[in-house]
Amino acid sequence: METNIILAGVGGQGIVSIAYVIDMAALEHGLSFKQAEVHGMSQRGGAVQSHLRISSQPIHSDLIPRGHCDLILSVEPLESLRYVEFLAPTGTVVSATEPFVNIPNYGDVDRVIDTMSALPSHVVIPAERLARAVGSARAANMVILGAASPYLGLPEALLEKGIIDAFRAKGDKIQQMNLAAFRAGKAAGAAYRACLAAGIPSRNARVLVGRVDGGTLHDQAIAPWKQVFDSSVGPTVHELLASGTQGRLPGSPDLPVALLGATGSSRDAVAALLFQSAKA
Amino acid sequence: MQRRPLLGDEAVALAAIHAGISGAFSYPGTPATEILEFIHRETRNMPRASADGVSHAWSANEKVAFEEALGVSYCGRRAIVSFKHVGLNVAADPFMNAAVTGVKGGLVVAVADDPGMHSSQNEQDSRVFAHFALIPCLEPATQQECYDMTRAAFDLSERFEIPVMIRLVTRLAHSRSGVQVGERRQPNPLEPTRFPNQWTLLPSNARVGYDKLTRKQPDIVAWSEQSPFNRLVLNPAAGRTGYLVTSVASNYFLDSFAPGEQIPSYLRIGTYPVAPSLVRNLLEAVDELVVIEEGYPVLEDMIRGLLDSPMGKRIRGRRDGLVPRTGELDPDIVRTVLGKPPLPRQQTPAFELPGRPPRLCDGCPHIDSYNIISSLLGEHPSARVFSDIGCYTLAALPPYEAAHSCVDMGASISMAMGAAEAGLRPAIATIGDSTFVHSGMTPLIGAAKRNLPMTVFILDNSTVAMTGGQDTMASGDDLVRIVKGLGVDPAHVHKLEVHRKNRERNTEIVRNELAYEGLSVIITARECVVTARK
Repeated sequence: METNIILAGVGGQGIVSIAYVIDMAALEHGLSFKQAEVHGMSQRGGAVQSHLRISSQPIHSDLIPRGHCDLILSVEPLESLRYVEFLAPTGTVVSATEPFVNIPNYGDVDRVIDTMSALPSHVVIPAERLARAVGSARAANMVILGAASPYLGLPEALLEKGIIDAFRAKGDKIQQMNLAAFRAGKAAGAAYRACLAAGIPSRNARVLVGRVDGGTLHDQAIAPWKQVFDSSVGPTVHELLASGTQGRLPGSPDLPVALLGATGSSRDAVAALLFQSAKA
Repeated sequence: MQRRPLLGDEAVALAAIHAGISGAFSYPGTPATEILEFIHRETRNMPRASADGVSHAWSANEKVAFEEALGVSYCGRRAIVSFKHVGLNVAADPFMNAAVTGVKGGLVVAVADDPGMHSSQNEQDSRVFAHFALIPCLEPATQQECYDMTRAAFDLSERFEIPVMIRLVTRLAHSRSGVQVGERRQPNPLEPTRFPNQWTLLPSNARVGYDKLTRKQPDIVAWSEQSPFNRLVLNPAAGRTGYLVTSVASNYFLDSFAPGEQIPSYLRIGTYPVAPSLVRNLLEAVDELVVIEEGYPVLEDMIRGLLDSPMGKRIRGRRDGLVPRTGELDPDIVRTVLGKPPLPRQQTPAFELPGRPPRLCDGCPHIDSYNIISSLLGEHPSARVFSDIGCYTLAALPPYEAAHSCVDMGASISMAMGAAEAGLRPAIATIGDSTFVHSGMTPLIGAAKRNLPMTVFILDNSTVAMTGGQDTMASGDDLVRIVKGLGVDPAHVHKLEVHRKNRERNTEIVRNELAYEGLSVIITARECVVTARK
């Protein structure tokens, strides 16, 4: 096997921690790996990237040739697009939706995310929102790692062990939080893909999976959610899910079924229905 | 044997520990910083060198670091000195002369070059320096070779009684992989040289030493001929073009061929001086030779010489534009050199992505310093700010645009001196606390002696911030004492606490000093926000 990954983000977003976890898992799994990091000047709030190659064969180059990258794993939407030319035609982008705006000319984040969602294989999720739900937005990197985990070709148990190792010095609470972030990311990634497979548009899917508890959407809930987004109440539901309103939703089918009964209701009525079962 | 995940830098560091070093010295500089950082972490529970452990330190500058290592070697013990390529310029004097004195305990010089200038002001190739000093150089391509070659370098150094260079490049220094590692061997016992004449480079002794150095050369070439770190693979079935590859370029070369694909004849060079018979054997087997090396066209020029076609063979590479003359190589460039088509890939976005350059962190004390300087530049359109090397060089960019030069460590003060002599007013220098200790104190003595009309800002954030927050040697009141001790008039030495709340008062002090027709030193003090958070 061989997996070529580009890790992307902005200095301080925890790219190095993601790399460490994957490196340790690959080493433990008896695979070769090479991981080229960026240090020094480029870390001062600038774009940060790392090429990470895992293989059952010896690896020659520390850098991935353009067109050979299987997976872009990014904690920031704009940064994921920066490396698209490295991506193989069959490659996947896993990215957070939340922009890190520290430049005056960031541009339209929706255009950035829509461009990503137009790629043949993509998982685009609100990683920060999911991370906050398990304790801290800083764990967004582990959410993204979780969402990308099915594409890495590494046993999940080794990735979880790597997370425990990576945060050993920070104590049990931080370790558990990062583990929870990883699991939420994995669940949200699966939910996102299931939504797309059912025909739910990316823009609806990503706001939905960011809201559900633990990122977990029940299989039986997906068809009713599709009906919700297709219905006249769909735009209102989307807007409410995308809003800053706090609140997590259950992943069960009951909620979308209830929403389908609310077509024709006012925005406030939909909001009440949507968030009545929500946990603050 | 244990397999550990190590950066190229860390593999060099661990090999040095395992080779039995007693001393390790460095000055921080990307991409070499992690060598000493790793030695620090790895040996923190070991005793000092005097008790057979490892003594290590960030030195004031690279020259000091080199000389400390040389002193260890003089005493019969092993040492490693590490720095970035331009750090070798600072250490050039002892570097050149240590080849003439020779060494006793093994002395390895680990230099990390920065092709493509990720974090540097030039992309000079340290192999040229090794050739200049007439010392051997080992050039690893993999993390494993970083380890194996560094271990071997210590034996080589003791065998030929000469310093040995390990040359890294950014992509190897900062790339991690699994490395098989061994155990630490005993350090050498303390046994100061019994031949002080050899080490005392009076002309009469230096002539002897230089003669000895030149007479070692054939033996070193003979060693290079036999070294397992070079690899000649002839494959007449794969065409009449041969390849000479080094360092990470050899990785990109091998990576370009799919499993089972015929790989053309190639020679992978890992040791310098280059083994002539290997090059000859390759040239005999091909009609055309393509040289792909990371850095200057060192091998290419060596083989081509003044004439274009040695042994009637065409030599191609950076000189004829087949390989780009400047910049870092990557797998795609090498694929193109090999005549391979680009791999199919995703389309880049239809719109241009904004860049995200590095910037000063939110809350950085340099922001407050530069706000004052920038505001006063408006009052003095003729003013120029000579800056130096550190995070504060970022003030050259908008919104500050308050750094008008950055050349080398310490140049801020010396260039301001020259500019003041030339008649520039106000001549301003900005230099960090660590850079000041590195190379700023020496010129400041002269500026004080001559009371040159210039204003020096020491931007004191109490750390070597750009390279990750190593300890600085002088900060705060220590700096005030040093500056006064160097002879600066105490009436014109100010330590300012830079904070938004003090801005008006600080600006007034600076305004007065800019108008003063003599030397002023203003120390703007506040800890780096990144180290303060730790």
